[in-house]
Amino acid sequence: MTNSINELIDSDVIFITGSNTTESHPVIGAKIRQAKKKGAKIIVAEPRKIDMVEDADVFLQITPGTNIALYNGIMSCIISEGLEAAEYIKERTENYDALVATVADFTPEVAAEICGIDAEDIKTAARMYAEGAKGAIVYCMGVTQHSSGTEGVMSLANLALLCGNIGIESGGINPLRGQNNVQGACDMGGLPGTYPGYQKVTEPAVKEKFEKAWGVELSDKVGLTLTEIVGKAGHGEIKVLYIMGENPMVSDPDLAHVEEALKNTEFLVVQDIFLTETAQLADVVLPAATFAEKNGTFSNTERRVQMVRKAIEPVGQCKPDWEILMDLLNKLGIEKTYASPEEIFTEISSVTPSYGGITYGRLEELGGLQWPCPTADHAGTKFLHSGKCARGLGLFKPAVFKPSAEVPCADFPLVMTTGRVLYHYHTRTMTGKVDGLNAMCPESFVEINPDAARKLSIVEGDKVRVSTRRGQVVVTAKVTPKLKENVIFMPFHFAVGAANTLTNPVLDPIAKIPEYKSCAAKLEKVAWDWSEETDQIK
Amino acid sequence: MAEKKQLRIATRNSGFIDPENIDSYIAAGGYLGLAKCLGEMTPEAVIDLMKASGIRGRGGAGFPTGVKWGFAAKYASDTKYVVCNADEGDPGAFMDRAILEGDPHSVLEAMAIGAYAIGGNKGTIYIRAEYPMAIDRLKIAIEQAEAKGVIGKNIMGSDFSFDLDIKYGAGAFVCGEETALINSMEGNRGEPYTKPPFPAEAGYWDKPTIVNNVETLASIPAIIVKGAEWFNGIGTETSKGTKVFALAGKINNVGLIEVPMGITLQEVIMEVGGGVRNGKKFKAVQTGGPSGGALTYKDLDVKIDYESLVACQSMMGSGGMIVMDEDDCMVAIAKFFVEFTMEETCGKCTPCRIGSKRIYEALDKITMGQGSLEDIEKLKLLSVAIKDTALCGLGQTMPNPVLSTMRVFEDEYTAHVVDKKCPAGVCSDLLEFIVVDEKCVGCTLCARVCPVDCIGGKVKEVHVIDQAACIKCGACLDKCKFDAIIKQ
Amino acid sequence: MSMLNVTVDGQATQVAAGSAILDAANQLGIEIPTLCYLDMEKKFNQQAAACRICVVEVENRRNLAPACATPVMEGMIIKTDTERVHTARKIVVDLMLSDHPLDCLTCEQAGSCVLQDLCYQYGLEQTTFAGQRNDYPEDATNKFYSRNLNKCVACRRCVTVCSNFQNTKAIGFGDRGFNTHPVAPFDRGMDESTCVSCGNCVSVCPTGALLPKSKEKFRSWEISKTETTCSYCGVGCQMNLLTKGNKVVGVEPLNGAANDGLLCVKGKFGFNFINHPDRLTTPLVRKDGQLVEATWDEAYSLIADKVKATKAEFGSEALAGLSSARVTNEENYLFQKMVRAAFGTNSVDHCARL
Repeated sequence: MTNSINELIDSDVIFITGSNTTESHPVIGAKIRQAKKKGAKIIVAEPRKIDMVEDADVFLQITPGTNIALYNGIMSCIISEGLEAAEYIKERTENYDALVATVADFTPEVAAEICGIDAEDIKTAARMYAEGAKGAIVYCMGVTQHSSGTEGVMSLANLALLCGNIGIESGGINPLRGQNNVQGACDMGGLPGTYPGYQKVTEPAVKEKFEKAWGVELSDKVGLTLTEIVGKAGHGEIKVLYIMGENPMVSDPDLAHVEEALKNTEFLVVQDIFLTETAQLADVVLPAATFAEKNGTFSNTERRVQMVRKAIEPVGQCKPDWEILMDLLNKLGIEKTYASPEEIFTEISSVTPSYGGITYGRLEELGGLQWPCPTADHAGTKFLHSGKCARGLGLFKPAVFKPSAEVPCADFPLVMTTGRVLYHYHTRTMTGKVDGLNAMCPESFVEINPDAARKLSIVEGDKVRVSTRRGQVVVTAKVTPKLKENVIFMPFHFAVGAANTLTNPVLDPIAKIPEYKSCAAKLEKVAWDWSEETDQIK
Repeated sequence: MAEKKQLRIATRNSGFIDPENIDSYIAAGGYLGLAKCLGEMTPEAVIDLMKASGIRGRGGAGFPTGVKWGFAAKYASDTKYVVCNADEGDPGAFMDRAILEGDPHSVLEAMAIGAYAIGGNKGTIYIRAEYPMAIDRLKIAIEQAEAKGVIGKNIMGSDFSFDLDIKYGAGAFVCGEETALINSMEGNRGEPYTKPPFPAEAGYWDKPTIVNNVETLASIPAIIVKGAEWFNGIGTETSKGTKVFALAGKINNVGLIEVPMGITLQEVIMEVGGGVRNGKKFKAVQTGGPSGGALTYKDLDVKIDYESLVACQSMMGSGGMIVMDEDDCMVAIAKFFVEFTMEETCGKCTPCRIGSKRIYEALDKITMGQGSLEDIEKLKLLSVAIKDTALCGLGQTMPNPVLSTMRVFEDEYTAHVVDKKCPAGVCSDLLEFIVVDEKCVGCTLCARVCPVDCIGGKVKEVHVIDQAACIKCGACLDKCKFDAIIKQ
Repeated sequence: MSMLNVTVDGQATQVAAGSAILDAANQLGIEIPTLCYLDMEKKFNQQAAACRICVVEVENRRNLAPACATPVMEGMIIKTDTERVHTARKIVVDLMLSDHPLDCLTCEQAGSCVLQDLCYQYGLEQTTFAGQRNDYPEDATNKFYSRNLNKCVACRRCVTVCSNFQNTKAIGFGDRGFNTHPVAPFDRGMDESTCVSCGNCVSVCPTGALLPKSKEKFRSWEISKTETTCSYCGVGCQMNLLTKGNKVVGVEPLNGAANDGLLCVKGKFGFNFINHPDRLTTPLVRKDGQLVEATWDEAYSLIADKVKATKAEFGSEALAGLSSARVTNEENYLFQKMVRAAFGTNSVDHCARL
């Protein structure tokens, strides 16, 4: 997030797009509703009529995969009505003319046609967003998990720049990060191209710094991304794969392909807290401690580094992941012992400029610190790009709308999208062990619009077969007016009736993110004796 | 004689004009006050005039109206509201209803004046739905006023615009409390919230709001036209003008009266009210509604104004006056009123929610002869604590009937718990019906009328009442022609 | 910000304009008991001020003032320690107790119950106002918590947190007067409401009226609390893990920068995975196609040997690692250090995109 969660409460207008906030980030959902109570206007652009729509002043029920068309339509309206922040654009941005040229022909009417909504609603939303003095954009995987995900984000950034909302309090563009420490994993260099603090592996000076710090020679070649690793594993090119705390056997797209790839890996190590679907395929399984059994830090979605503290001793012979990794590093010839996570953190601060001023002492005292926090006397950064953008001038990077890689056709006439439900989390490794949560949401399902259901003679509770070009699953039908007639939704949490058996592994060429949120699908009612059918499918 | 003591300001038109005809109101000088404000006076001048007149809220609490308007005028806002509190809920009181039915335009005019004074442009009348005729006449009045251009856009050619609507209360007594009323108008549960902020700062939809009672409003056009000094000249040092009361109970002249402040209780009861019915002895009068208190035969010389009534553990209230005679038991009366507030408390704060129940239970115990002196002491302590801690006016005044009756009639309480007798002969559990041997002629009438056949005795022999079986209905007493049955 | 002069129990101090009496007293270290007060209510005018336990004497004020909801005025003179105040407070507690069961011996909340503490403070062994008590059936229809309204003191915290902070508006108040109590729509079970089971009402309940459905029985004094960060989504809610022995038995929200005392259903109730019997407790290695238990040394050696051999035979690019968005920064750091420094490749990634 460029800004902080609590700043949302004082925003004048909040544009939520591609985020089912109240279910995926419930506490932020509550804060947005607090903002609404204080008078903020809420715009929601989503394929589903999610709970947040109740609070929306404008709801744009777009077809999955048409985000960029919508954003361009909004910007076109803002520019044609002269609602842009002209002064701000002049002083703090560049390449504005290119944006004007790109969106010029993309009138709300054109956008409305593509998105399947009313042009007037686009105009209302555009005016509402442009007229709010402090406008925040909140988005999530509904924007990024597309083959044009990166351009979707750029497009939102364009919109924020256009209205002068970057670098102000209660504004900004705010991706909501889905997992407790996904921010930290990125910050800590859990990426093929960057060391901790987003320092590029290809930069000689950076490489030299880390070689000195770690006492080894390092590669300057950008590594493989997750999806590339899985792809190469499928071809036998990855011999050793070490997976810590992940469950690609549920979370990755096109699961049949993932299973084949992992089975094809000569030596698979999985380090986790349960024997997950992925761990079952491993050659070595290492029992790790949960967050309750260790010390450390997480970095939340607003870049706030906060303490994790040990409440109980690790169960059985489990060890905290850091201990396991330290042991292995030692076995592999990197001799360095850390007495505690705090010592590791000290090393992090010494090589990571944005974490340079953060210490356990300060975290204990302040409760948390938001990076960038370069020095010990720095108070942390509440919102980014204050005064001027990090790169100097804010760069407009116009994005042209491209349809999803897979669009409905005669064989697969529906658009399928995926997401989370309130009661589960990711691959259910944790939530699947909690009785109450399972009782609230016991099994996989597919949401279908009532008219679509009627045409297929499907009623609530029926078993239906959902198929795509990747495969098929049989799940329970939920008939709900939340969706438009040509769209279906499945939660991605479940290993049985897994949505990711169906999803399209096509990647966004820049961020390498799979197109989970839009693929072509087909729906059929399963004959009454469905159990036999599933056996056949298996 | 009665007519001389009365002075009609708030009710000046009621009964004299056609309430369904705006011309009739105008003919009686109606809308002259508004015209004067818009034509000759600045909003500040209107507020100053209101302050100078000394008028205080007639809803009961007696807050100076001009000061209230001044507060609301101070806060800048795009919208401000004038709310007319017509949620009249005191049992036996119908002052507001009479004004709304008899002279609705005076209220409309005053609301427009108030809006002009505070810089507002919207008004709402919150009226209880059980007043259909008042509602009908208000609707007609609003329609006619809009047609005449005395309400609506650019009234009388000025920049001032004012719109009015009506909202209906669902009969909750607590909604007469202004914050509860605002909650109710917003569609929330009708319960008060803690002040500050006062409605004048953040009221209806969090906008500056003044809430004025019907009677207060009805007096205002007259004050504007006749001037502050005229009004100021009526009444006492601290309480100016007149007050409308609804006389009820055991009094000869039942109905509405309007009298100048400072009149004595003696004058109201004995002169205007024509004295106690059936020549009985005056015992007390409940003023201030169910959460007011009883003024007693000892208080006949008390001048009726806000301060004097509070000094007697009562209050002005909205104007209910229920007269009691020697046949009324003060413990039972206190229980009756506490039962009302117990039913009507919103239940928000602890002292009122549970305390009212416990007071009622204690009084119930006493009237059944199961109380002790200790119970009376506890009752006092609890009453004082509730007054001290309750959230809103309803709770803070709810123990008044207990404290005010105890002030003069503590001996009645004592009689209930020590002698196990009800001196007024009201509390049935403490009564005995007894046949006076010397007077009984053995006519058998009493035995024949007894619904539970608990009177024994043969013709021409003295009869005896079986006390264990007697249900204290009093049928025998009424039937006996020889005064041979007494209750004690 | 302008400052106001105020005197509390004879001690003079200055507080910021807009402070409540309670703030002024806290500043001076003078304790005023509270019950319905919710510190997430940032503005004093949002306080329900319903319980009336925090009443204090204010000079020139007719009645007692609720300290939580009364703003300080310039020159205010406040007394918290007078006979009048103590008598009033004691009666308020006594009244609450008069509509409350005396089952502290078996009540789950015993030891962390505000009403119990107040009774202790004011020496109330039982109520002196015996009378009718409300009698409601227990509502256990929610999967995560149960409601016993006989223990409710109508403080409104649950309704306030639900309608003003969580903004789910699943509950409100029903009935009037003595029978006033929090209700789901139409006074039916919680399962028929819009409740999202965030449990924030349970967290703020001062008595045993709202209790988590716990697998474990424990007394509040057997519990240790550990401040930590929630391990579910990326909001980073701060919370206490409640532990008895080596078991996590509950979660309570803290006023963290991101969550301000709120949690969601997963954070509040989704902790049973920690001590779940299915947890992995020993290393496993695959022998003859089966995963069998092994020692740490066996597992480590196997991995180290395999990594070294693969590196020697196929080069570093034949190795890769997937780090985790679930583990700590320190662990992510070590993981990428292992892949980069020991495996010799930059092929490290994690599920940021999934």
